[in-house]
Amino acid sequence: MYDVLIVGGGVTGTAIARELSRYRLKLALLEKEVELAFGVSKSNSGIIHPGTQNPPGSLKGKLCVEGNRLTKKLAKELGVDYKEVGELIVIFSEDDRPRLLKIKADAEKLGVTGLRIVGRDWLLEHEPNINPEVLAALFAPTAGIISPYRWVYDQAENAAGNGVEILTSHKVIGIGKEAGRFDVSVAGGKVFSARFVVNCAGLCADEIAGMAGITGITIKPRKGEEFILDKKREYISNHLLFPLPAPTSKGVLVIKTSDGNPMIGPTAEEVADKEDLSTSDDGLKQVLESVKKLIPAVNENDIIAYFAGLRPVAGDDFIIRHEDKVPGLINVAGIQSPGLTAAPAIALLVAGLLKKNGLGLRKKFFFHRFRAKTVHLFSLLVTRISPLIRKDPAYGDIVCRCELVSAKEVREAVRRGARTLDGIKFRTRAQAGRCHGGFCTTRIMKIMAEELNLPMTAITKRGKGSELIKEERT
Amino acid sequence: MTARDSRLVTRDLVVVGGGPAGLAAALAAGKAGVKDILLLERDQYLGGILNQCIHPGFGLHRYKEDLTGPEFADRLIRETIDLPGLEISLKSFVVKLTGGRIVTYLKPGLMAEVKARALIMATGCRERTREMIHIAGTRPAGIYPAGLAQKLINIEGLLPGREVVIIGSGDIGLIMARRFTLEGAKVKAVIEIQKGSRGLVRNVVQCLEDFGIPLYLRHRVALIHGRDRVEKVTVENLDSGARFELSCDTVLVSVGLIQENELLEMAGAALQGLNLTSLPGVFVCGNAYKVYDLVDTVARDSEQAGQMAAEYLRK
Amino acid sequence: MIKHLTCIACPNGCQLEVDEAGGHVIKVTGNKCEKGAAYARQEVEDPTRILTSTVLAKGLELKLVPVRTSQPIPKARLFEGIAAIRELKLGRPVKAGEIIVKNFLGLAADLIAARTVHLPE
Ligand SMILES: Cc1cc2nc3c(=O)[nH]c(=O)nc-3n(C[C@H](O)[C@H](O)[C@H](O)COP(=O)(O)OP(=O)(O)OC[C@H]3O[C@@H](n4cnc5c(N)ncnc54)[C@H](O)[C@@H]3O)c2cc1C
Ligand SMILES: Cc1cc2nc3c(=O)[nH]c(=O)nc-3n(C[C@H](O)[C@H](O)[C@H](O)COP(=O)(O)OP(=O)(O)OC[C@H]3O[C@@H](n4cnc5c(N)ncnc54)[C@H](O)[C@@H]3O)c2cc1C
Ligand code: SF4
Repeated sequence: MYDVLIVGGGVTGTAIARELSRYRLKLALLEKEVELAFGVSKSNSGIIHPGTQNPPGSLKGKLCVEGNRLTKKLAKELGVDYKEVGELIVIFSEDDRPRLLKIKADAEKLGVTGLRIVGRDWLLEHEPNINPEVLAALFAPTAGIISPYRWVYDQAENAAGNGVEILTSHKVIGIGKEAGRFDVSVAGGKVFSARFVVNCAGLCADEIAGMAGITGITIKPRKGEEFILDKKREYISNHLLFPLPAPTSKGVLVIKTSDGNPMIGPTAEEVADKEDLSTSDDGLKQVLESVKKLIPAVNENDIIAYFAGLRPVAGDDFIIRHEDKVPGLINVAGIQSPGLTAAPAIALLVAGLLKKNGLGLRKKFFFHRFRAKTVHLFSLLVTRISPLIRKDPAYGDIVCRCELVSAKEVREAVRRGARTLDGIKFRTRAQAGRCHGGFCTTRIMKIMAEELNLPMTAITKRGKGSELIKEERT
Repeated sequence: MTARDSRLVTRDLVVVGGGPAGLAAALAAGKAGVKDILLLERDQYLGGILNQCIHPGFGLHRYKEDLTGPEFADRLIRETIDLPGLEISLKSFVVKLTGGRIVTYLKPGLMAEVKARALIMATGCRERTREMIHIAGTRPAGIYPAGLAQKLINIEGLLPGREVVIIGSGDIGLIMARRFTLEGAKVKAVIEIQKGSRGLVRNVVQCLEDFGIPLYLRHRVALIHGRDRVEKVTVENLDSGARFELSCDTVLVSVGLIQENELLEMAGAALQGLNLTSLPGVFVCGNAYKVYDLVDTVARDSEQAGQMAAEYLRK
Repeated sequence: MIKHLTCIACPNGCQLEVDEAGGHVIKVTGNKCEKGAAYARQEVEDPTRILTSTVLAKGLELKLVPVRTSQPIPKARLFEGIAAIRELKLGRPVKAGEIIVKNFLGLAADLIAARTVHLPE
């Protein structure tokens, strides 16, 4: 019998797992995909928002501001790169100034600090590529960037180190409730019993809630297409650049990422299908048009990759509550943007809800707060690489040429849980560069086959059905 | 391993890349009197892209024979390898280059720096990807740059797909249409956006016509479908706008090559006339200089780069 | 009857016009060199191609050894050739040009190695 079962291995679920792992609890996290972070948490902008552009009094606004503060601290503990690059919400017309000031005032009510309005001269000096017609901007220095998937993997690794069972390829298909206990069935036949269930199943949170008997939550996917530019353009902007927000989104942005590649997007479009991750010609057109108003120098020939993500929207705000009708069930639904930012704050809130509803939270004697930073050659100075190679020759065996990833890092990623080519890419960046894996894919597959003792025909891009090879000559 | 490994040594000529361009350049430089040459190749073998080009069509000019890629490489390697004063370092990946011709490379167990009195960059090219031409749709498994598929089949013995649509009618796409067909897969079509094939006519004949593979000119792949693995593509006629679908499990992308010149960029060098860069003593040849159709021409022009480097060193 | 062919004997790809009767070539025009005329005759009377593929290696430094026919073989027998190559396994090191199967498919052509492949280090 588990104390708590967490359903969903995105940033929300893993942040909750990590938070609860401080206490003497028997915990498991169930994720339907072969790896964590394969849902919404893999396809977003990677921005740790300061908290601007949220209505005062909203739950998401409050959790965003708090999440921003917590992320900074937690990233340090977990050895994840977090850069506070700051954001600029830019206007081009005097008519827009009142809206900009309103955003500032709203954000200040939510507790965002350090906000100030900067003028044209400041902007031209600090953002040399910005559209010279710019007038002013709201500068929010606490905006940061993080690698969303590494953030998930590293929190999960720390949670696992503190005793949480992380179970991937465990799709929840039914939830029974009897005598104060939940029986959670997963595809394949296993049943897990628990006193509490935390539902943070992203796009499927409505379905999980339904299984437990809570109707009335409906998740509507809102698609966002994003386009990644070559690392050569890393300094096309020095801050995150935002236009004035649109009604359903923050608009099309120029995004800095922790991997160096700038990104442009996202779009915002309601779609019917929770699996529709396709990009479109129109999406690209729209993004280019909007973004060129911010930075005219953006060039579509610099695009090296693109993707779409679906925001799990359930009304205007997050839904995070204990269901009194189904005692022991906590729903964490509608975690659209800024869910990546809010995750650590959501985790605290959920811990509080569990406690309030009868779960005893007693601290462990030994809680491993810190995690050793994963080695990435690409983030090291050349002079730091030499001693590494001397220690382990495999660091000198380069697998991915565009992103400078060694055989050692790939092997290490598999040992830390990567089971798919995408999992390797998210963890190490191998295949994420301009050649898109043309050079390194075969080598990575061989390392995976070796480490996991699998035939090449069993290696997948992102789980069953996405095998890369049809036949091997032997 | 000691600190001595990373001490800066000076070499007369450093050649980066052990494909036909690098080999021919080293050979010519040696013949022109350069006595101290270091050739750095990141792969385990010399020969570059030729090793995976197992089809014939190489060497008609240089060797007056119709050879396969590996045979051409084999001959060139045999011509070069015993050159006095040539040191070949395999599995040596150059990661950094400065305007002062300091070359940093990684090798299993070692990071080293050398100062080159003259330098020839022969790093070849890489393939343009689906992303660079912005094909919309999903991103499932089963989309391969054609050169990667070539490597999988010809070097690794792995068949990546059974029903294939090829985007782009450049030579690599055509060659791979034939290879997939011979290896037992079905090639449904080659889709080309231009009015004519981009590849050599002989390849259209012996790779497509021989096997009855349709070539759609003035068409583009507008969408790729499939959740986990490619399921089909939507093809659009550019003149009429009409669309139709082709079911397939694999999409090969063969939409051209781009020079692999990140190192030169890093050093602040711009390409100038044949084999020349804006930096004194830094030369560039083969597909890194421009994308060539024929290896014979690569070898000829690269020999010239070797001579130019020798000339530079004499001054 | 006039047939239009593209010469594939070299990268020029000359457009050939072949005057042919009953499978025999009477006259070839459009060729820049003699190879073109020979090609046209061959292509009309008995089309042939060089076949290249790979043979599975056992215990060598590479998994596959590229191979080719030493001469062009009848086009109609390409798939038969591929099937025969698939049956082969090579356990000894070879030099480029070395014969792997003499009189491949009973033809005048041999199957030869296209790359020098050693034992593993
Ligand atoms: C385009 C875009 C850009 C964004 N940009 C930002 C940003 O810059 N900053 C920011 O703060 N937020 C951003 N967001 C929002 C952020 O990405 C999400 O709020 C966050 O990732 C949600 O995480 P999650 O863990 O709740 O959901 P997910 O990551 O989707 O996790 C839910 C998990 O549950 C699993 N699951 C579903 N059903 C089952 C089942 N039956 N059994 C077991 N497991 C199941 C899923 O496979 C999935 O892994 C963006 C979103 C999008 C789409
Ligand atoms: C599919 C295909 C079919 C072709 N068909 C024909 C044909 O039928 N007939 C014909 O004549 N020609 C053909 N060609 C063209 C010919 O093969 C090429 O033009 C020629 O091989 C280019 O030689 P290269 O040495 O410039 O490049 P490559 O052969 O690519 O060699 C570059 C070398 O540099 C190395 N390198 C790169 N970066 C680094 C680094 N940072 N550090 C160390 N080493 C590095 C690489 O590993 C590689 O070995 C074909 C090419 C392809 C791809
Ligand atoms: S006729 Fe001669 S020149 Fe013309 S393609 Fe044939 S071989 Fe080449």
